[in-house]
Amino acid sequence: MNKNLIIIIAVVLIGIISVSAYVALSPPSSPTGESVTLNGAGATFPYPLLESMMNEYKQVKSNVLINYQAIGSGGGISALQGKTVDFAGSDAPLGAADRAEAPNTLHIPETIGAVTVPYNLPGVSTGLHLTSQTIADIFQGKITKWNDPAIQDVNPEIMLPDHDIVVAHRSDGSGTTFIFTGYLSKVSTSWEQEIGQGKTVAWPVGLGGNGNTGVAGIIQGTKYSIGYVELAYALENDMTVAGIQNPSGNWIAPSLATTTAAVESKASQGLPTGDASWENVDVLNAPGEQAYPIVSFTYLLVYKELNVVPGMTETKATALIQFLWWVIHDGQQFGPALEYAPLPSNVVQLNEASIQSITFNGQTLSTS
Amino acid sequence: MNLKPSGDNLFKTLTTILAASAAIILLITAYTLLTGSLPAIQRFGIYFFTGTQWNPVVGREIFGALPYLLGTLVTSGIALIIGVPISLGIATFLVEMAPKTFRVPISYLVELLAAVPSVIYGLWGLFVMRFWVIDYIEDPLSSLLGWFPTFSGTPFGLDVLTAGLILAIMIIPTVSSVSREVIQAVPDSIREGAYSIGATRWEVIRHWVLSYGRSGIFGAVILGLGRAVGETMAVTMVIGNAIGPSAVPTSLFKPSQTMSSLIANGFLEATPASLELPAYMGVGLILLLLGLIINVIAHVMVSRVLKIKGGAVE
Repeated sequence: MNKNLIIIIAVVLIGIISVSAYVALSPPSSPTGESVTLNGAGATFPYPLLESMMNEYKQVKSNVLINYQAIGSGGGISALQGKTVDFAGSDAPLGAADRAEAPNTLHIPETIGAVTVPYNLPGVSTGLHLTSQTIADIFQGKITKWNDPAIQDVNPEIMLPDHDIVVAHRSDGSGTTFIFTGYLSKVSTSWEQEIGQGKTVAWPVGLGGNGNTGVAGIIQGTKYSIGYVELAYALENDMTVAGIQNPSGNWIAPSLATTTAAVESKASQGLPTGDASWENVDVLNAPGEQAYPIVSFTYLLVYKELNVVPGMTETKATALIQFLWWVIHDGQQFGPALEYAPLPSNVVQLNEASIQSITFNGQTLSTS
Repeated sequence: MNLKPSGDNLFKTLTTILAASAAIILLITAYTLLTGSLPAIQRFGIYFFTGTQWNPVVGREIFGALPYLLGTLVTSGIALIIGVPISLGIATFLVEMAPKTFRVPISYLVELLAAVPSVIYGLWGLFVMRFWVIDYIEDPLSSLLGWFPTFSGTPFGLDVLTAGLILAIMIIPTVSSVSREVIQAVPDSIREGAYSIGATRWEVIRHWVLSYGRSGIFGAVILGLGRAVGETMAVTMVIGNAIGPSAVPTSLFKPSQTMSSLIANGFLEATPASLELPAYMGVGLILLLLGLIINVIAHVMVSRVLKIKGGAVE
């Protein structure tokens, strides 16, 4: 075969492959409507669930293609403020300054996360109990030994060793840290005064790991260590976690059930409407008997009046509304398999009202 | 009439544009970093460059980047102290002493080290090398020299020493391959002349070969230093990621933080409407300035060496 023939065949093959890739990846038109692409960006925590939901949604509405870039809550919020995405994901609600730059945003909690406190104590494979104040003191460096009376007193059946506690925390900014430090600020006045709540904080002691993986790696590799990781991660990796005392006085181990119980009891106390400020909303130290104390929503953020997003059409807006409606109803069934707690019915009702209030050019849109 | 052929003109214009684009990219980067970091530098002034507190919590912000500058310098310093002698040893061995059959396989293996992505180095460091370092290096040093400030503190394997070691491994392929080229370029006449006056092999290498190739080897070291200073992912996984005043690397066994790992850790989740993003840009600006200063020093030193050596190098 001479050289020219080979070149021609190569070019033709490349052409065929590109065209088929283009055809395969673009959303197919269907009798129900033209193909629509929705773009979202934001938090990494709900990404596994959103990815599963987006795949399942293709069976429901095959002409809707949804892209979600898990670039972090900060990136998602920036994208929302710059109106370069149709919706954003964030682990933390919008603060006042961010809200000012993205006016008229709806907070739609789409799933629930919890933060667990795993530890590595040789010989203690289950059942360590910790009070909230103790946890705050450990992470602040005030309690430095495992056999400190504060820990030993609530664990009478466990022989705690006379060893230094090695604290592990997140080195990267994350919603998990935001939730955990929010809890510590709530339960400890000295934490609130000296350190406070944030996606990144000035940790006084401890080793920093990158991501949940990094923290888990540090805990598993360092004896006498303690840290905090997302619930899904702890469950999937069978980590030994502490039971934490909730406001009702019970020692609660983290699980999907205790997480949902926390949200249910907190939501029954009242949550803001979707278009209000959610800055002070948290599901920490929720009142229920079986409520796990360190729980949080993760939010989908979307503009209430969608015509502010360039490129938005009525078809796209309707597709977005219908996707959000599906996420809070049928989509929730895909949560438990991935260790995400499903939304309780009172939160679903709140979200329904929010989604129904979304308009395009002043018109409300059909949710089904 | 003296008409230049138009092809020549075109070529000259094209290459001028390409050369200028490198300078333009650098200027644009510096400009972006400067304007992006202005809010933070205006707010904190000189404290940004000399202070140690770092608190991004909204309402209590304070940003001082000194610990991370020190962290970068210390980890890169350790990488050079450990990595450069090993690289020179590899290069010298391959050129002067290795049997010809070994030269290609060994140099290939060494260069393969450069093909490993830095994230893999980080993961391997976190899950494997960390425990070797604790068992064979840090625990013995700690029990022998624990009273000395540089070796104080309980070692957990996530500190500047481990980060420096990983960086040393990462710069070995670069430094050794460039040094090998330099040593190979030393003319045989130099070696023959040295042997003919009765010098031993070590003396030939030490006094003639290495000093002849001094400027080239120095260039190799600067390349390695550049990689060490900029390395992010591998460092962030093993350096322990401390923050604030406790990040100042007073001991080899303390967790610390470098400028690039700080930016990599915090940038994505920084609250958009706050001083945090400008603070990271400011740290990036310091990193850029550090790179420029290293290059300027390298240029000055190489030109001084060239002047002294006279006609001995190209």
